Amino acid sequence: MDTDQLIRSLAADNTHRAPRVGAMLTMALLVAAPLSILIFATFLGVRPDVMSAMHNPFFDMKFAVTLSLAIPAIIISLHLSRPEALMRGWGWLLLLPVGLLAVAIGSEAMMAPAMPMTMRLVGKNSRWCMLAIPAMSLPLLAGALFGLRHGAPSRPALAGALAGLLSAGLAATLYASHCTDDSPLFVATWYTIATAVVTAIGAAVGSKVLRY
Amino acid sequence: MRGREDEWTGLMRSAMAGDDAAYHRLLRAVTPVLRAAARRGLARAGQPPDQAEDIVQEILLAVHLKRHTWDSEAPFAPWLFAIGRNKLIDALRRRGRRVFVNIDDFAETLPGETPQETASAGEVTAQLNTLPQRQRDVLQSIAVDSTSIKDTAAKFSMSEGAVRVALHRGLSALTAKLRDH
Repeated sequence: MDTDQLIRSLAADNTHRAPRVGAMLTMALLVAAPLSILIFATFLGVRPDVMSAMHNPFFDMKFAVTLSLAIPAIIISLHLSRPEALMRGWGWLLLLPVGLLAVAIGSEAMMAPAMPMTMRLVGKNSRWCMLAIPAMSLPLLAGALFGLRHGAPSRPALAGALAGLLSAGLAATLYASHCTDDSPLFVATWYTIATAVVTAIGAAVGSKVLRY
Repeated sequence: MRGREDEWTGLMRSAMAGDDAAYHRLLRAVTPVLRAAARRGLARAGQPPDQAEDIVQEILLAVHLKRHTWDSEAPFAPWLFAIGRNKLIDALRRRGRRVFVNIDDFAETLPGETPQETASAGEVTAQLNTLPQRQRDVLQSIAVDSTSIKDTAAKFSMSEGAVRVALHRGLSALTAKLRDH
């Protein structure tokens, strides 16, 4: 087939309209979310003392941290789905959760410690945390990759890593309502390790499936 | 250069608004520029320039299937050249070449070195033969025989909607095969 002929067939297909990447990502995440919530409801559930925990600023801080990861990651992943998009000027958004955690760790250090530091750091749930966040992330990660496949990222591995970050951020938001470890030290350690695992999976899979 | 790229942006806006003729004109206008850039990229990688047409066709297919990622408020050329670069890199990688794509390969084409011509490419033609019968028939009819969608529908006793679906699926399948082969 010569190129003029190919162009003719492309022009004939101009009536076909594809939805925007944002719409596909939203839809895919909405389909995946019930699976993650099912894992949460079956194995974890909201902690029993949630009403009193809500008065603890360090409990609330966990949600600020996880959402400040998930929302910027969604925004950047949509930005990167355009072929000409650069990471430059956008990466700093991912420093938001890091900054929040630093402030939280600082304020906790200034308070009279309720528990020794090693106990705050290791907590009671570190194993669960490292298992539960990736497990709840996987359906969301699959959904995010499916939605982002609709885009045209120039760097598929980077876009996949962002898919990992956004799904880990959303899964960690669920997990935060279960976990009774509220110390920012715990969050900074175990949530970060879990997120790194999911991000690495996202990058590895993304480098394959996000090529267009 | 500015004028040419502004014209492309205008054509693409019309195309996205449903003007098929503008879309056809746009694709014909960008093709020589893509061809010159692909040749330059191949030469830089020490590859024969006769593979340029395969790359051009792959770029055109990607442009077509990913045009919803173009922001109609943004200029068209940077978007187009980004896809061009990605496809050139992919093509060189598949041929086992150390990849060095100059980012200016796609941007610095002068109008003088872009004669209108058309050329056949082996890869699309080869992959075309692996498509399901119906998609292949429809693509052949519209592309090669230059038959309209309406007449193609009559020829194969299909509805126009079914022809459109087969055409779009055929183009998507072709793109996937080129990417993964």
